[in-house]
Amino acid sequence: MTGTDASPDALEARGVSLGYPRREVIEGLDLRIRRDSFTVLIGPNACGKSTALKGLARLIDPSRGSIVLNGHDIAHRRTRDVARELALLPQSPITPPSVTVGDLVARGRAPYQSLLRQYSRDDERIVRESLATTGTLDLIDRTVDELSGGQRQRVWISVVLAQQTGVLLLDEPTTYLDLAHQIEVLDLCARLHAEGRTLVVVLHDLTLAARYATDIVAFKAGRVVAQGAPAEVITAATVREVFGVECAVIADPHTGTPLVVPARPPHLGGETQPPAEPTHREDRSRS
Amino acid sequence: MSAARATVRLLGERVSFRVGRRLVATVGAVLLLLVVCAAIALYTGNSAISVDGVTAILLGDYAGSTSFEIYTVLDVRLPRMLAAVIAGGALGISGAIFQRLTDNPLGSPDLIGFTGGAATGALLVITTGGGLAVGTALGAFAGGVVAAAVILALAWRSGLEGYRLILVGIGVTAVLSAVRAYLLSRADLEDAQAGLRWLTGSLDGRDWGDVGIGAVACLMLVPATILAHRPLDRLAVGSELATAQGLTVSRWRIGIALIGTAWVGVAVVIAGPVAFVALAAPHILRSLTGGAGPLLLSSGLLGGLLLLLADLVGLRLFAPTQLPAGVVTAVVGGAYLLWILQRRRGRTMG
Repeated sequence: MTGTDASPDALEARGVSLGYPRREVIEGLDLRIRRDSFTVLIGPNACGKSTALKGLARLIDPSRGSIVLNGHDIAHRRTRDVARELALLPQSPITPPSVTVGDLVARGRAPYQSLLRQYSRDDERIVRESLATTGTLDLIDRTVDELSGGQRQRVWISVVLAQQTGVLLLDEPTTYLDLAHQIEVLDLCARLHAEGRTLVVVLHDLTLAARYATDIVAFKAGRVVAQGAPAEVITAATVREVFGVECAVIADPHTGTPLVVPARPPHLGGETQPPAEPTHREDRSRS
Repeated sequence: MSAARATVRLLGERVSFRVGRRLVATVGAVLLLLVVCAAIALYTGNSAISVDGVTAILLGDYAGSTSFEIYTVLDVRLPRMLAAVIAGGALGISGAIFQRLTDNPLGSPDLIGFTGGAATGALLVITTGGGLAVGTALGAFAGGVVAAAVILALAWRSGLEGYRLILVGIGVTAVLSAVRAYLLSRADLEDAQAGLRWLTGSLDGRDWGDVGIGAVACLMLVPATILAHRPLDRLAVGSELATAQGLTVSRWRIGIALIGTAWVGVAVVIAGPVAFVALAAPHILRSLTGGAGPLLLSSGLLGGLLLLLADLVGLRLFAPTQLPAGVVTAVVGGAYLLWILQRRRGRTMG
């Protein structure tokens, strides 16, 4: 599934500047995603982590620098070939009207299909396998509109699994899900990681991020502030710097990973915190 | 795999595709109706020719027929029928393309400026005195190309997004209709009349020249449309996921828009700016088939049927008075649009 080169990094950004017309969000980003890592990107809203993810997946062309996938600059490769090595699930993918689960997941096979070869037996088998991996094979003939939020997210993950890539990028896959379904999706991610895939996932919950990630990258205002193992990155100092929130970091009683406990709030007698630096509200219409 | 779609595999699996069962049934029904309407168009008319006579002429046996009968069948009825099917088909395909590209059922070329450009170009030729059919066709073609270039250039913002295309198209449509009003107000009475007649859209007097133009265009555009079908379908998950799945999104959006524009040009050159076929054909087909897929060529078949039907109704229903096909489609299409909106409102309020 992964490329044959010996590079220790599955994915790398070299001096990358990214943004939208007349608005650079990220300048000079250097980022290495270790092969076989479960890397989680964290940071406040509008800090550039989603933009970085889109840049890594060639959805936005960098104005400077290059993205290197499995040792090759993706700017010099056919987008169809890249799609066989790297898959991305956007934060809010569009569900085609009245599409069935099976037909939606079959779309993940697009980089392997052609005008004449639109749905081979291999395609059919891999669609079923992708659904089975996420525990949604029994939903194959249902329409996507009638699924619950948790089911729908697992089906969307099946769509990217059907691309059979070694590298998976997921943009906030747990947003809008309740705690049980967040854990369900992250357990699934951990299983995909254990099977040998490299995962890059944007998350907001620091405690869950620390539990599941092998590597964490903290973004603030378009820069990487800290990068490393969860215990190195999730510290009181980093949380203060990145989010402007005072907290204690203790060991998770179940896993020993960092557990973020925000400081006592003012109405319970805590010190009034200085207001966090003004952060722009996440602009969801942007995508 | 799913009951609604059958998988077809041929030639030792070198060829495989899936097709919706309801789509196959619908296309079959449309084809059947198309054959029936074509027969009515060939076998009936002002000059009474016997059924056997028409059949003999169509089969190349001219022995028992007068030269007027041969002329009526082969040079009046047959080319007119073919022109209607080709122009209607072109409208249906262009409507399906633009509605899908803009992701909006109202994103049809007659509402977002593409048809208006061709109409304005033709009117410019007519009112400046070049009233020949060839000049009108060239004017329509040039006008369509210019309008399309302007709309696409104005809508382009490091990518082609549907809502921008619609808004820019509506703006350009307004400007173009002002230009047409100005041209008509300045023209001689005779030219203005000819221009108005042309703007209605009609198949009156269409001959083998028109069919020839349409046939050559189809020869180039049908393969292009088949190639565009899958990329257009893949765009349905949004630009971001489509890119991640390996589609060169911007290039295909532009290419598909150009193919749609070319189809509009074909229709307008042959029949004039006929209203509502481009809007209605994909819409009717979506509700009949349950809506999966871009439905390009099938919308073309239905568009051909609709325009042929409109022409027959205009010719025969109030005979000897003849209505241009464009008037029939405008009346029926307008009523259809109102009915859809009324039904939608009832559903959301109920």
